[in-house]
Amino acid sequence: MTSVTGATAADGTAATRPAPLVAVVDYGAGNLVSIDQAMTSVGARIAFVRSADELADATADALIVPGVGAAGPAMERLTEAGLVEPIRHWIADDRPYLGICLGLQLLFEGSDEDGATTFGILPGRTRRLVDAPTLPHIGWNQVERRRPHPLFEGIAPAADFYFVHSFAGAVAPEAADAVAAETTHGRPFVSAIARGNLLGVQFHPERSGDDGLRLLGNFAALVRAHVDGVAVPA
Amino acid sequence: MLRRRVIPCLDVANGRVVKGTRFVDLVDEGDPPELAARYAAEGADELVFLDISAAPEGRGTLLEIVERTARRAFIPLTVGGGVRTVDEMRAVLRAGADKVSLNTAAVADPALITRCAARFGRQAVVVAIDARRTPGEGWEVLVRGGRDTTGLDAVGWAASAVDLGAGELLVTSIDRDGTQAGFDTDLLRAISRAVEVPVIASGGAAGPADFVAAVVDGGADAVLAASIFHRGIHTIAEVKAAMAAAGLPVRLSPVAA
Repeated sequence: MTSVTGATAADGTAATRPAPLVAVVDYGAGNLVSIDQAMTSVGARIAFVRSADELADATADALIVPGVGAAGPAMERLTEAGLVEPIRHWIADDRPYLGICLGLQLLFEGSDEDGATTFGILPGRTRRLVDAPTLPHIGWNQVERRRPHPLFEGIAPAADFYFVHSFAGAVAPEAADAVAAETTHGRPFVSAIARGNLLGVQFHPERSGDDGLRLLGNFAALVRAHVDGVAVPA
Repeated sequence: MLRRRVIPCLDVANGRVVKGTRFVDLVDEGDPPELAARYAAEGADELVFLDISAAPEGRGTLLEIVERTARRAFIPLTVGGGVRTVDEMRAVLRAGADKVSLNTAAVADPALITRCAARFGRQAVVVAIDARRTPGEGWEVLVRGGRDTTGLDAVGWAASAVDLGAGELLVTSIDRDGTQAGFDTDLLRAISRAVEVPVIASGGAAGPADFVAAVVDGGADAVLAASIFHRGIHTIAEVKAAMAAAGLPVRLSPVAA
């Protein structure tokens, strides 16, 4: 199990190597304090980036795209910031990426929420949850793994994570191997994907208590392994 | 399966929790972030801060405590009280809140709900409805902390608020608030049947059985309470144990209360 380390590791004094540097895309008005605090507490350093230049200048080891809300306004802001192509290249180069909520949905070809065209990296579309008893889907729900993945190391099977969304990525059949976990609200939907260094979660680990911190700590460990040249299991 | 949530509510004025709490061993028992961290460790599924600062200068202090709370408690935080504009909502979210609850300002300016939802997504917009039984059938919406009547039908307003963009409703029975007479499950049922968004029950909790009733009889997705937790009458773990015993899905915290 990856332990949740204190802030001492973040400044490098307690670690034998410098802490991994994670760029977090800031393209809206949402809560970034929680991601900052959560990543710092698991031993990463954070750089918020608002433009292509800031992303390039950060020379980060990993990229987190957070976000809630609809895909259309998010794509508009990312386009204005010149970040769409740099993010696509980042993923094409198989550099570590964690999409949280909207940051996962943007990986698909488009969104039914407002018809927006998104990154088109994963075959499939973001669709409204089917047969959901309530919408938005707000609260803690079980994340059921479809295969083992180091992102979930040390976390109980079907552990609860916090969700707040009405839409989720519907993975096309040819990309079914990317599905790492599913969650049921009405019908099952994809709650985590993993393909090489490309990772995405529909829930909010930064708001999911100890298991959320464990997952982010596992991501930081994967980033560290990538920096060290260790291949990540698919 | 989606868990039914248990949510402690803290009244905050000028950066301090007002109303007593049972955490007598805290270094500073009136400090909202410290209390928030305690409730998170006890298994709270979310937290609500209700800002009741009388003076505008209390607002800056509020943003500071929201940020300190977001850095201490890794569970969702809703902030209500006094938000009247998109810019004010933006400031609260940037400080570290996940949701903002609108009450009086939404009744005065219903389009505010739509503007906030368009900017931040409907999942970030909670509309709080304070309702009182009318002599005939139904419930009336009250504003300004229950001081002013509006003539609005609570169930109709709930449906309108959702149409305008609310992603969640926080429904408080003014008749039951502070009485420990149990939640108004008739009110909760009327509203939860009228909308598809989650409904948070508030007002009147006395014991674990009331939380069960709010969900089973009222159709609530989440249950909020203040004094029974603050006064130590019941812990969150006791409430969740009763809900689990009644067959309701709850998140059982690994941390003992």
